[in-house]
Amino acid sequence: MAAINITNVSKIYAGGVEAVKSVSIDIADGEFIVLVGPSGCGKSTLLRMVAGLEAISKGTVEIGDRVINDIEPAERDIAMVFQNYALYPHMTVYNNLAYGLKNRGTPKAEIDARVAEAARMLEIEQYLTRKPRALSGGQRQRVAMGRAIVRKPAAFLFDEPLSNLDAKLRVSMRGEIKQLQKRLGTTSLYVTHDQLEAMTLADRLVVLNGGQIEQIGRPLDVYHTPASTFVASFIGSPAMNLLRGTREGNQLHFGSQVLDLGRPAAFPGQITVGIRAEDLRIATTGEQALTMKVDYIEELGAQRLVHGTVDGKKLTASLSPEIEIAETLALSIAPERLHFFDADTGKRLAQPFAPSESRRVERLEIAGV
Amino acid sequence: MHRTKLFDHVILMMGVFFMVGPLLVALMTSSHEAAEIHRNGLQILPGGHFIDTYTTVLTKQGGFTGKITGLRMMMNSLILGVGFAAGKIILSMLAAYALVYFRFRFATITFWMIFTTLLLPLEVRILPSYEVMNTLHLTNTYTGLIVPLLASATGTFYFRQFFKSIPDELLEAARIDGAGPFKFFIDVIVPLSKTMIAAIFIIMFVYGWNQYLWPTLMTTDESFFTLVRGIKQILLVWVGSNIPDYNEAFALAILAMLPPVMIVMIFQRWFIKGLTESDK
Repeated sequence: MAAINITNVSKIYAGGVEAVKSVSIDIADGEFIVLVGPSGCGKSTLLRMVAGLEAISKGTVEIGDRVINDIEPAERDIAMVFQNYALYPHMTVYNNLAYGLKNRGTPKAEIDARVAEAARMLEIEQYLTRKPRALSGGQRQRVAMGRAIVRKPAAFLFDEPLSNLDAKLRVSMRGEIKQLQKRLGTTSLYVTHDQLEAMTLADRLVVLNGGQIEQIGRPLDVYHTPASTFVASFIGSPAMNLLRGTREGNQLHFGSQVLDLGRPAAFPGQITVGIRAEDLRIATTGEQALTMKVDYIEELGAQRLVHGTVDGKKLTASLSPEIEIAETLALSIAPERLHFFDADTGKRLAQPFAPSESRRVERLEIAGV
Repeated sequence: MHRTKLFDHVILMMGVFFMVGPLLVALMTSSHEAAEIHRNGLQILPGGHFIDTYTTVLTKQGGFTGKITGLRMMMNSLILGVGFAAGKIILSMLAAYALVYFRFRFATITFWMIFTTLLLPLEVRILPSYEVMNTLHLTNTYTGLIVPLLASATGTFYFRQFFKSIPDELLEAARIDGAGPFKFFIDVIVPLSKTMIAAIFIIMFVYGWNQYLWPTLMTTDESFFTLVRGIKQILLVWVGSNIPDYNEAFALAILAMLPPVMIVMIFQRWFIKGLTESDK
């Protein structure tokens, strides 16, 4: 068990393509960090640099106060779980688990003990004599995790371990990985493109985009205060609605629709406003509201996603299934629930309102003109 | 499902007839006496001298020096076939391993250079090869017979393609498990290549077994003669009124065919696997 310090790490491929751009992450001992981002964002490359499967072009990676840039993967005291399991097909489950230990010259009795312990933990005891091809996907993934556990490494590295499993199994394995990590207390670095996995597993998550860190934070902090429009649209399902608006005085204009902020705003004229789908609600009678033209509805059972347009711009609202859906809906939103982003850079505006403003506006009406 | 019709059977039976017919004729003819074959031509019925002929062929000391027996020739052929197959497999696996898993300059060029030699038959370089072996005083030795033909473009090519189909994650997992290049080769690559090795073994064994020109050139000592050469030797006795021992020639031909057939039958399960599926 150890802390991992990633300092200004870059990956530059031959030909000058920079896949990872000066990334720094400090991972505390026992922490579960999830790297999340769309494909091609450099998350796997970063993980593979920590694992030692890719050379580090610039910067340093430390595991437990030891710079491991030039150390062989086997000497880095890490264990990795691969997306396609990467089990040795010709070896039994037992040998798959024991192979790394054998190569280290661990005594036979200890190998037996560790394999037995890992097998018991993962409930794969009855499969120890089987070959991987005789196992189901979920069982194979357990064996792959077992191979990591028996090593008792300083850190676990997970490279999209659940992507090859079906949806139901993915959910249950997700829970198991989380429990296992808590029980073992091993520092973990987990790569995924699935924001749901990231939200549920992470102690802290790292959102990557184009080889750079967009935001690091606890899942709920990232969800409630996304640092940029990229994070806002990536974390959370359905994605956060992002509307271009113009400020005129204390009013926001979305095309022909106007929203009165009711307090002095401190942002420039052009603005991107973020609205979570679940923050929108049906306006009560007489309440001024934003009118949305409904295009289509997705039924999720517990809630209902209503897709439509507000002045030609796409908007999604998450509503209770009991609500009758008309062709046009009047929607309102609590003012403190609005997110403001710079129209050009996409960065979050920390203080959208003038600091002197202390009066709390109970409800902000979005009025159709 | 398609129902087999009479016509389908006719096609299959014709196939069997054309394939097995000549072999059957050879087998039957070999059980007649030489003079009878000389008089009546090829036979399709058993002749009753089966055991005599085969005992003679296997144990009679013949040849120019009168020291070489059929058994001896068979052993030579086996040494050649197995030596070829094993040597080629080891050499081409190592070459392919280097080409696929080690990043060195000109790897691609090297591969294509090896690959293009596929197009060159042995006969093209047979004289230079002979000259080299002669200078090294390796004529009339098993080393001289086997070693110059070991480098195999075909084998290297097959193994390269096979290694490329092994997922990279396996190598990465092995690296994290602390397996170095040698350990990875022995512990992972070799066991995974089992079916491929069987396939190449068959091909190369038959290739070595059937070599004629190279052994003829390399060996003058009759104790190194192979079966294939022995057959030819029998028919070279047109001296005076001698009738060539047709029966013995046919018997040798049948004997020469048996080991490859057995090898194919033993290895065929892996052979087919090796050529069709890659073990994931």
